[in-house]
Amino acid sequence: MSADQLALWYLVAAVSFILALKGLSSPPTARRGNYFGVAGMAIAVAVTLALIYSHSKSVLPIVGGMVVGGVIGAFVARRVQMTQMPELVAAMHSLVGLAAVFIAIAAVNNPEAMGLHTPITGLHKAELFIGTFIGAITFSGSVIAFGKLAGLGKHFRLFSSAPVVFKGQHWLNLALGIAMIGFGVAFFMAEQSEWPPFIIMTALAFLLGFLLIIPIGGADMPVVISMLNSYSGWAAAGIGFSLDNPMLIVAGSLVGSSGAILSYIMCKAMNRSFVSVILGGFGGETAAVAETEQKTVRSGSPDDAAFLLSNADTVIIVPGYGLAVARAQHAVKELATKLTQKGVTVKYAIHPVAGRMPGHMNVLLAEAEVPYDQVFEMEDINSEFPQADVALILGANDVVNPLAEQKGSPIYGMPIIEAHKARTVLVNKRSMASGYAGIDNPLFYMDKTMMVFGDAKKVVEDLVKAVE
Amino acid sequence: MTAGVDPIVFYLTIFVLAIFVGYHVIWNVTPALHTPLMSLTNAISSIILVGAMLAAGSETLDWGGWLGVLAVALVSINTFGGFLVTQRMLGMFKKKEPKPGDKE
Repeated sequence: MSADQLALWYLVAAVSFILALKGLSSPPTARRGNYFGVAGMAIAVAVTLALIYSHSKSVLPIVGGMVVGGVIGAFVARRVQMTQMPELVAAMHSLVGLAAVFIAIAAVNNPEAMGLHTPITGLHKAELFIGTFIGAITFSGSVIAFGKLAGLGKHFRLFSSAPVVFKGQHWLNLALGIAMIGFGVAFFMAEQSEWPPFIIMTALAFLLGFLLIIPIGGADMPVVISMLNSYSGWAAAGIGFSLDNPMLIVAGSLVGSSGAILSYIMCKAMNRSFVSVILGGFGGETAAVAETEQKTVRSGSPDDAAFLLSNADTVIIVPGYGLAVARAQHAVKELATKLTQKGVTVKYAIHPVAGRMPGHMNVLLAEAEVPYDQVFEMEDINSEFPQADVALILGANDVVNPLAEQKGSPIYGMPIIEAHKARTVLVNKRSMASGYAGIDNPLFYMDKTMMVFGDAKKVVEDLVKAVE
Repeated sequence: MTAGVDPIVFYLTIFVLAIFVGYHVIWNVTPALHTPLMSLTNAISSIILVGAMLAAGSETLDWGGWLGVLAVALVSINTFGGFLVTQRMLGMFKKKEPKPGDKE
């Protein structure tokens, strides 16, 4: 195969990746999009394999590696629970990062095998350096993110979902970052013995990845996971530059910009600036609640709630992550079906950060076979609350806090689901504990609000029985 | 015009344009599918498999070559796992009852 043919096939693969992402613009076309992605990948792998076969014939180890990895990947993809998707994605980012580092090391070891000159020219060295350090940061950062998401903090303090902070943290990170770039420049300049600066630079990048993620708290994980998604793309693009491969550059940039946009959306939904998320230290501490005055809440039984629900015309369900933790999605779907049979219109309102990663709650509801045309995004459904008879809030707190509309409150400006505008509000929570933001929620004390305390699954199951 | 231009300039052009394409395509993704978007982009980022294959495909498999083989195995977990789990998730997104005459 000529170099031109190879490049053209790679172009086909790159276009397939663009079409894959385009397919995700709506659920009906999404599966076709995924097939485009698979096709692009298959083309890229097949022509690369053909290229290697025509040069050196040593394709057996490659195929062996692919089979081993493929079997593990297929097994994991089949077994993973939808609540564990954030962990899975974090783990996968770490693999991309680590592989980028391995490829860079292999390229420094044997440039010719990768189609580079020996010794590697200056520009390619700079590109290798960029690919390596982004890859290393992606790897170690994702390992920490995985540990935090998987709740390994009990066993190992670094994985604590509470931020791990110490004095001078940011200065240390800055110093490490400068040192890392310094050794990168040394690698760039080195005529001979390029290994020592390369190894030190890589080690520093690994360390930096750990240190950058440990101070970020559990509540900010949706941002972190999107950010690491972005990094894994830039790492791929960096490797693409060093190997003179435009397809890697295109695919990497697509992923990089995707992750960046998702980070932006998540930050906006949480009313946090990207910089303050990165600097960390939020999400574990509970801010002191200033108000001490005793306020009364009205609490009711599932029977009372079921009465209200059955007599409503429109019910909007607002699920939060507490619902997923209690594994109550299927019970909710059952409740919705029952209500629909009674002629009640049921809709779902999803806040962008309702789960632990972007779009997580949508997947959890889809898994419970909730039809996606009943599920609405925050902006699309907020205008409907004033006409809704009942807003049923399950395991959500900060995302329905009307304080966000009040100047001076810590969450002022955060976009919320306007459940307080519904005629009646039903709230299921386990206790009156505050949410991640650590502030009280006036919604719970409103006259039209009725609290139903208890585990979400138990309560919803009781509701299902009571509605009959 | 192209004579004398360093190839890196072309790659930079591709890079910048690809970011623009990515920006516009991603903003069109419906928020409901952001989790599948992440697993799909994750699968796509395993395109560095191509680099790993080149590293693993040298004639003499020295330690660097074996490192490439290891990278191939690691990234393949992503490639296969990423696309499969995306497919699994997308399979869950169903409409209530397809009404006749409804376009897809």
